Amino acid sequence: MNTFYHRVLGGKNGTAGLIALAVLLLVILPCTLNSFWVNIVGKYLTFAFGALGLVLLWGRGGVLSLGQGLFFGLGGYCMAMFLKLEASDPVSTKIQSTPGIPDFMDWNQLTHLPAMWVPFRHLSFALLAVVTLPAIVAFIIGLAMFKRRVGGVYFAIITQALALIFSLAIDGNQGYTGGRNGITDLKTMHGWDIRTHHAQFILYYATSVILLLSIVLLQWLLCGKMGKMLNAMRDREDRVRFSGYDVAMFKVFLFCVAAILSGIGGALFVLQVGFIAPSLVGIVPSIEMVIFAAVGGRASLFGAVYGTLLVNAGKSLFSESFPQAWLFCMGGLFIGVVVLFPNGVAGGWDWWRKKAWPWLQTKFKPAPRQPEAGGMVNIVAKGENL
Amino acid sequence: MSNNTSFLLSVEDLTVSFDGFKAVDALNLYVEKDELRVIIGPNGAGKTTLLDMICGKTRPTSGSIKFRNHELVGKSEHEIVRFGVGRKFQTPSIYENLTVFENLEISYPKGRSVFGCVAFQRTPEVVERIHKVAAEISLKECLDVEGAFLSHGQKQWLEIGMLLMQEPELVMLDEPVAGMSPAEREQTAALIQRICKGRCIVVIEHDMEFVARIAHKVTVLHLGKLLAEGSMEEVRNNPKVIDVYLGH
Repeated sequence: MNTFYHRVLGGKNGTAGLIALAVLLLVILPCTLNSFWVNIVGKYLTFAFGALGLVLLWGRGGVLSLGQGLFFGLGGYCMAMFLKLEASDPVSTKIQSTPGIPDFMDWNQLTHLPAMWVPFRHLSFALLAVVTLPAIVAFIIGLAMFKRRVGGVYFAIITQALALIFSLAIDGNQGYTGGRNGITDLKTMHGWDIRTHHAQFILYYATSVILLLSIVLLQWLLCGKMGKMLNAMRDREDRVRFSGYDVAMFKVFLFCVAAILSGIGGALFVLQVGFIAPSLVGIVPSIEMVIFAAVGGRASLFGAVYGTLLVNAGKSLFSESFPQAWLFCMGGLFIGVVVLFPNGVAGGWDWWRKKAWPWLQTKFKPAPRQPEAGGMVNIVAKGENL
Repeated sequence: MSNNTSFLLSVEDLTVSFDGFKAVDALNLYVEKDELRVIIGPNGAGKTTLLDMICGKTRPTSGSIKFRNHELVGKSEHEIVRFGVGRKFQTPSIYENLTVFENLEISYPKGRSVFGCVAFQRTPEVVERIHKVAAEISLKECLDVEGAFLSHGQKQWLEIGMLLMQEPELVMLDEPVAGMSPAEREQTAALIQRICKGRCIVVIEHDMEFVARIAHKVTVLHLGKLLAEGSMEEVRNNPKVIDVYLGH
């Protein structure tokens, strides 16, 4: 039981953080926000999966990927393909020249369902693909890169290029992927209408619970030997190698886990928002995920979620008033955080908890044994100087 | 000679050239079990490069390195470590953010694969071994101290301890007493002599007094080539060695 407490929940701080986040996501936000905003927050939380993966890969493993949108997209498209096929039954598509295939295929003169799409008629296959496809792609990319000791800036640039290629490939194959418009008009999952307020609410809770479970899983992973290994690997990669570890495989593993998380986020995004498009899987969303992780504090699992919520809230509120300026703000925010607050929100919280709060307490606490009036006045005066 | 089984480590005809410059040139070196070999030589003689090639950090241009009759050339670093080769670097290279205990734990030769690492448990066996090694390197009192707070000498010992955790049959130490106080040198010499049993140790060192204390046999390198080999006495009186390295 004790090991469970330390290993899975991450001890006292981990448990407190987990409870705080669970209360915020499961109680406070759904009770205070209307259904429109709950849906929007649910959408933000799907990006938090990508940021969570980056905390593991970048914050703990020291490997920056600027292409997590690729995996977000893979997960999202797998889910969307299933939903689109379910929405394209022969009855509702009877006005098409080929009924029973997705509408965009019909517009592109396709007369039968491409082989790639066929297995996505089954929900179980689609759900499996949401998890395994990003993992397989990440495994191949990771193996090719890390075995050749490609790292740092080069790895970041290559992953970014891959994200761009992926979004361009989707964009350019309209008949097979829906092209620039993406896959739209998603309606039901196994007959369950995902567009109702009720369904949106349930999906919000599903997203929150899966997110919390992912955090618990990562905490379990990082509290064991793996956490220390990653610490050692970031510190002295050579030493780890000469202790008999295959460093490349560890990086491949991190990359795969980060990819799976992103993929799950993408699938949940599609369920809540009802569409997916190439603009959601390219360079910009990939970099945004890095910003979420950086603002939250790149080594903090909880920070990733708070960072995602904060930046997205800012984006929603600010971009409504100043749509032109938002991109500059985002860039400025990223540079500001990296330069001034390298540990982000989590670093700020740590500073408050360990330094500022104890300091304030010593300043404001009436000294317990100091009978002279002068002493008290002195303390009060000091307090006012704050 | 290539199938000779009596040597633990046999380096034959080893050459590495960096853009035409031969850092190590057709070198032969044989080390037996239980032997403590010291390699000396002026700067640029190829001492560190030799160790780099044995542990897989640098790929030789030609030649062979056999350890327990396994060819090491072409193997990657972690595979060579798993054969039983341990290497200590010139500057102490330990994990500064981890405690002494954790430093040693990471070096424990279990859970080296990704999933082995995930499943790794700190069993009493592991703890016992860490305590044993910590006692050996005189850091038993510092198990909970972070690496960054150790003195320079303690860091050097910790790195030797990390090698011992791996139970290597060949230990290579690159300047283990550099920057140590005389008392620490004394302790290090005793430590190296203790751990020599059952394995072989190759040491690079400049401090001749220290070399004389520990060496069973000394190899002198000069410009990537073998200059002399023998006991400390023989090497000390070798006119060629006096000429290029020891001075008159």
